[in-house]
Amino acid sequence: MSQRMVNILVPVVSVVLGLIVGAIVMLVSGFSPVAGYSALWNGIFGDSYNIGETIRTITPYVFSGLAVAFAFRTGMFNIGVEGQLMMGWLAAAYVGQAFEMPTGLHAVVAILAAAVAGGLWAFIPGLLKAKLQVHEVIVTIMMNYIALHTANAAISAISDGGEKTEKIHESASLASEWLASMTQFSRLHWGFVVAILAVIIMWILLEKTTLGYELKSVGFNKNASEYAGMNVSRNIILAMVISGMFAGVGGAMEALGTFGNMMKMTASTGIGFDGIAVALLGANQPFGVLLGAILFGSLKNGGLNMPNEAGIPTEIVSIVIALIIFFVASGYLIRLGLERMSKKNKDTQKIKEGK
Amino acid sequence: MKKRKIGLALTALLASGTLLAACGSNDSKEESKGGDNKDAFSVAMVTDTGGIDDRSFNQSTWEGIQAYGKEAGLKKGDGGYDYLQSASDSDFTTNINNLVRRNFDLVFAVGFKLEDSVKEVAAQQKDAKIAIIDSVVPDLDNVASIMFKANEASYLAGVAAALESKTGKIGFLGGMESNIIGGFEAGFVAGAKAADPKVKVDVQYAGSFGDAAKGQTIAKRMYDSGADIVFHAAGGTGQGLFTEAIAQKKSGNDVWAIGVDRDQYDEGKVDDKTNIVMTSVLKRVDVAAQDMIKRSAAGDFPGGETVTYGLKDDGVGLADSHGAISEKTQKEIDKAQKDIVDGKIEVPEQPKK
Repeated sequence: MSQRMVNILVPVVSVVLGLIVGAIVMLVSGFSPVAGYSALWNGIFGDSYNIGETIRTITPYVFSGLAVAFAFRTGMFNIGVEGQLMMGWLAAAYVGQAFEMPTGLHAVVAILAAAVAGGLWAFIPGLLKAKLQVHEVIVTIMMNYIALHTANAAISAISDGGEKTEKIHESASLASEWLASMTQFSRLHWGFVVAILAVIIMWILLEKTTLGYELKSVGFNKNASEYAGMNVSRNIILAMVISGMFAGVGGAMEALGTFGNMMKMTASTGIGFDGIAVALLGANQPFGVLLGAILFGSLKNGGLNMPNEAGIPTEIVSIVIALIIFFVASGYLIRLGLERMSKKNKDTQKIKEGK
Repeated sequence: MKKRKIGLALTALLASGTLLAACGSNDSKEESKGGDNKDAFSVAMVTDTGGIDDRSFNQSTWEGIQAYGKEAGLKKGDGGYDYLQSASDSDFTTNINNLVRRNFDLVFAVGFKLEDSVKEVAAQQKDAKIAIIDSVVPDLDNVASIMFKANEASYLAGVAAALESKTGKIGFLGGMESNIIGGFEAGFVAGAKAADPKVKVDVQYAGSFGDAAKGQTIAKRMYDSGADIVFHAAGGTGQGLFTEAIAQKKSGNDVWAIGVDRDQYDEGKVDDKTNIVMTSVLKRVDVAAQDMIKRSAAGDFPGGETVTYGLKDDGVGLADSHGAISEKTQKEIDKAQKDIVDGKIEVPEQPKK
């Protein structure tokens, strides 16, 4: 079997395996897997509404995945994407409702504000890591809680004790009547274009610039990079800030696209944490992250339709979707299995030819 | 060669897609047969992130819908009654839309968090009828708002606490400060002061609806400072109050707690004979849901209006005290209840600042 064939087969086999195990779970708990999977399928591609909602769900995952992947590539574990995303969400929602600006420009300013907010939030763990060697995992996790409650307090302050901020002005909105009418009133917004741009920006940054080379180099080996004359602590801080900026823009997608405001939350959104899985699924490559986000977002949105159409409880849906992702992520095992199989075939072929 | 293999993979993908899609259409046909009675009034609901078994208003709404469904002989599913759970805030709109697109005659949106989604869907789907609980959405003809006069029932709880207190000091434990929880506080304080002007009410907020540990810390401080009855309107945070009250009771302190939203008697069990839950301030979301369904089925959907359920409509009230409230106090409570229903007592809606 050629290498290329294996490359194509691995994801296909892993998805099929995930579907089979998911089907067993549904069967055991007394639901029809056929009905379940057709509901999942319809929830993703069923009609233009579902497709619109699926793309909308994918968008923030692209950003959280890019944020985590960028940090990984530069040798950092950014577990604080959740918090950075929330600060970006807050900043974009605030800029969107507090200022008056021409259409288009307003949205750009709001997105930039979100990037700055996310970047600043990630600057703190970056600085602590670079100057005092405080481990960024601990700091970023704790910063998530700080972000959650800071955002809640800020929402109270902005809205005079209310539960959510006011809606952003039309001029800052990424939503489009044209997109909505194309997709039967789905909440599809222009954010997906921004997401694709972000993927390209990250690729250029990492692969085509000196800065990207330095960042990666520090990620591979700090000491060697320092020996080569790179400023390690500057690069660590910069890596976290850029990662945080991606996360912040992800928050802007929720503020300017999906919701048009920000509401008080009692727990994290989960988008940031899922970003870790998205990044790993995509092998920390920008375009891989895009694919990972498409898988995650599609399953997430399609999963909503399983209780709706097939009456399968949300708990079972979560298990089935987790299983599919689990098998996709363990593609390495399947690759190993496939290679073993092809080796055996070759061996038997050789023996046959020897006869 | 390369192209052929990619082509093969694509074909396989397409084939499986068509197969699945085909299964899908078969299935939906079968499902649509599920509703026996085509003229029946079908009802569905969307939960907030608390889930269908939150032991609070989501569960209560669903119980109301189920009761209606049984009465009308309907089945769960299309054309009958159903619910969808929301795992995150971004699911609200999708879920409401899904139910509207399945042609349910009335869709309940449970909780003020769904307000924006309700506005959005209602503006797009003019034929949909949506009822939102705990929030007011004005100016939309296809949305009815359901509110509760929790302050009235809290007033009764205040009367009970003030008269039953032996130390002359009682406590109020709130979740997050908001208009809705403010109603509980205002009613409770007003009732207590009316029953016994000398009573001291210790008001504290935990800043969260899900922090039982913090609830317990606050409850401990209240009990330690001499309060002997504490009323909570704090969701999951209130679990901490029950834990602390049970611990106090075990160490010999004669303390009580008052529950909220539904009868929380089960939460306060110390042993087979002792229970620390004096009573609970009930928000009868199930009663309200059934009433709304009946009105809508009869063609009297109160679109654009706010329907408020109070003591008069049995929409709020006090739970059975299981003997914890003396007959003398109970008479005072009954009197206060009558006065509120008759309009002789006006219960404040928000605490004095």
